[in-house]
Amino acid sequence: MRDEPAGTVIIGLEIHTQLNTASKLFCGCSTDYRTDGPNTHVCPICMGLPGSLPRMNRRAVEFALRVAKALHCEVLEEAEFARKNYFYPDLPKGFQITMYDRPLGVQGYLDIEGDDGEKRIRITRIHLEEDPGRLVHKGGGDRPKYSLVDYNRSGIPLLEIVTEPDLRSPREARRLINTLRSTLEYLRVFDGDKEGSLRVDANISITGYSRVEIKNISSFKGVEKALTFEITRQRNLIRRGQTIERETRHFLETRGITTSARGKEVEHDYRYFPEPDLRPLRVKDWVEDIDLPELPAARRERFVAEYGISINHARTLTGEFKLADFYEQVAHIGPVLAATWVADILLGELNYRDMSIGSVPVPPFIDLLTLVMERSITDKGAVEVLRVMLDQAAHHEMVDSPSTIVGRLNLGRTSGDEFIPLAREVIDSYQPAVEDYRRGKKGALNFLIGQVMKKVGGKADPRELGKIIESLIAESSPGA
Amino acid sequence: MATDDPLNAFITRCHIPPSGEGRLSGLTIAVKDNISTRGVQTTCGSQILKGYVPPYDAFAVERLKAEGATIIGKTNMDEFGMGNTTENSAYGPALNPVDPTRVPGGSSGGSGAAVGAGMIPLALGTDTGGSIRCPAAFCGIVGLKPTYGRVSRYGLIAYANSLEQIGPMARTVGEVSLLMSVISAYDPRDSTAQSRPFDHTPSSDVGGCRIGVVEEFFGEGVDHRVASTVFSAIERLEELGAEIVSCSMPSMRYALAAYYTTCMSEASSNLARYDGIRYGLASDDRKQWHHAFQEERQQGFGKEVRRRIMLGTFALSTGYYGKYYVKAQMARANVRADFARLFSDVDLLAGPTMPTTAFHLGEKSDPLSSYLADILTVPANLAGVPAISVPCGTVERLPVGLQLMGRHFEDERVVDAAFAFERVVS
Repeated sequence: MRDEPAGTVIIGLEIHTQLNTASKLFCGCSTDYRTDGPNTHVCPICMGLPGSLPRMNRRAVEFALRVAKALHCEVLEEAEFARKNYFYPDLPKGFQITMYDRPLGVQGYLDIEGDDGEKRIRITRIHLEEDPGRLVHKGGGDRPKYSLVDYNRSGIPLLEIVTEPDLRSPREARRLINTLRSTLEYLRVFDGDKEGSLRVDANISITGYSRVEIKNISSFKGVEKALTFEITRQRNLIRRGQTIERETRHFLETRGITTSARGKEVEHDYRYFPEPDLRPLRVKDWVEDIDLPELPAARRERFVAEYGISINHARTLTGEFKLADFYEQVAHIGPVLAATWVADILLGELNYRDMSIGSVPVPPFIDLLTLVMERSITDKGAVEVLRVMLDQAAHHEMVDSPSTIVGRLNLGRTSGDEFIPLAREVIDSYQPAVEDYRRGKKGALNFLIGQVMKKVGGKADPRELGKIIESLIAESSPGA
Repeated sequence: MATDDPLNAFITRCHIPPSGEGRLSGLTIAVKDNISTRGVQTTCGSQILKGYVPPYDAFAVERLKAEGATIIGKTNMDEFGMGNTTENSAYGPALNPVDPTRVPGGSSGGSGAAVGAGMIPLALGTDTGGSIRCPAAFCGIVGLKPTYGRVSRYGLIAYANSLEQIGPMARTVGEVSLLMSVISAYDPRDSTAQSRPFDHTPSSDVGGCRIGVVEEFFGEGVDHRVASTVFSAIERLEELGAEIVSCSMPSMRYALAAYYTTCMSEASSNLARYDGIRYGLASDDRKQWHHAFQEERQQGFGKEVRRRIMLGTFALSTGYYGKYYVKAQMARANVRADFARLFSDVDLLAGPTMPTTAFHLGEKSDPLSSYLADILTVPANLAGVPAISVPCGTVERLPVGLQLMGRHFEDERVVDAAFAFERVVS
């Protein structure tokens, strides 16, 4: 460990992500199991039946190598699968096929926005392994009566990414996870929306004290929560003069706390040895042939240059691969307007509803932006329309076209000509204000606009009303 | 012991009809009980797999059915292939067809006994450290351990993956060759298999073939009567036109240690899946999981299997891995290098298959003396080269096997030399 001032928080992460291949790592079973019943995506191989043999899914290796390349890892001549031996009911073979001393990549890095500006987080290693099955505990809350095993998940390709202890706060840990997620999505190897697609173990210590491992963090948000809780716990112990035990703790997502795993887990000797049923993988040449797609940082810069939008908008829009894609599909309506609408308004409405960008249909949104661009609708009215659209999408209903919604809610902006008689009325009834305006008092115009707006019930663009009033006053000016 | 099976050669009798017509049409065959047969119990000679009915066929079994064979039974074996007498079977020992007071060899002893007794013409065995060749030698039949990677292991219940192969056993070299051509088709489901089909009609021409006689194969522990029987067999090959040269394989010194360390290590991992959840005896579900599976394995595995699991677990554990497993792989590389060196000069290597004739039942009760009997067969498994055992005479009426080993993927040459020899002695 490098020299750090006493009391510094030191965090390293072990991140497991499911790769979104169509089939499992060592057999042809589909990975699309989440909506199906237990043990419906299984075969002799992923059930570990006697005599079955693993057959490597080249696509999974290709996906993992994309990540190795994007994280600037050194890729060795050959990688090799190894067996990690331990007994657990969700592990059908009594060992997990993983990688040990010859992983896919070592010594990489990922740049994140750290607490004090841009920061480079070193990646120790990345490797590929199979996901075990899943235990479902039945009967009676904290003390289940029995457990069932579901092997649908068994054999899903998992990528393990291990960082050096370079993170200094829970926020940096969250940023690393977010940047990593974004990178993986850009590489088209990961779908973070799928339940259980990400699992994190964190090592955390405060300099001068023992290290604690937190296992079982299974969501993006959980990482920051678990670490924040753990730091508070450790600091309290230090303050009270108690010792921090070197131990493994579990994160209880629902309660937001960590609890000691003491007594539940014995120290394992995994007895790793090379997997005799698979050949070593010649990966160095393979990784050289891989062309990476555009990654978040490059896309951010391109957005600024190509669309002329602000760096903040570009950062927000490129932070999520699907969001950036969405933006690029609607940008032609007007890049700056579209950036504001997607990054500020749409994203806010989605967060409020806990929806993802994937559920927003593109064509109606283009129509909505067009209405705004053409000034056929006010910003306020457009937000109303958007909310209706999102509520429909959230309920898996057909999303109506924005003009239909505008008609139904009577949000259409009355055309400029229709305001002229009303504007005349206002000018006639408020001559003193008109005089003030003529003498250069800008506030007088706003007053007049407000009076017209009252009469149309807000369904007008104030700037447009201003222009109408100004021209009417000019027409009627004594000098004209 | 069923009355129609006085040698206890079978664990399960069955009638699996062919799925097509082909080179094996009209023939019956037996399959060793560690090779998966869909719908027919496959026990590996173990209590822990009693009642296990595979939902799929091994690749080799698919091939047999497609080529017209009728499978009539699953043969007895040492539990999970661990032994060379068949006495380690949970279903009682198989007996030697020549002398029922003796063992048929192992671990494919049931296959050897059934073919030797003439119950069936053909059988599949598996060979991890001699398990095809040993019973072939003891029962007076022919058995081939193919080049590693030549026959798919898909469906073969693993004992030591990096060493074992499925192979043919029969009374004649011609039948062995025929069966080999059926099971050696390429199967992508085995990543260690290669596309090197054996499509061969044996030839008895050994003219110009250089055969090395390995000194160490006639060393300490080899019965001198067996040695001289094999020597005269080699002289017959010389008379047929082969050139005989003497050579040495110094790596033999460490071959047994390398072999046992490797196979026990792999076995300790392969057998971990028998934890009582999906196979085996109904365990007491009121127990906690780690107690339940310990008890299950204690009761379900035989003594030799438990011994090898424990030794293999030890050899792989932290602090010992480098001393045992890694060293064993170095010794294995030396064996391989020795074979490569010898095969740059000679085409085949010859020697006895087993150091003695068939043991009496109970004779090898000490595990170490049993392990020592594998000394002549394990080098071929460590190197992955093909090796055949062909009957070459008797000592006190008991059969003796001549072992011929060849270069990787030169199973054809091995078969041809055995074929030539068989023609002159019969």
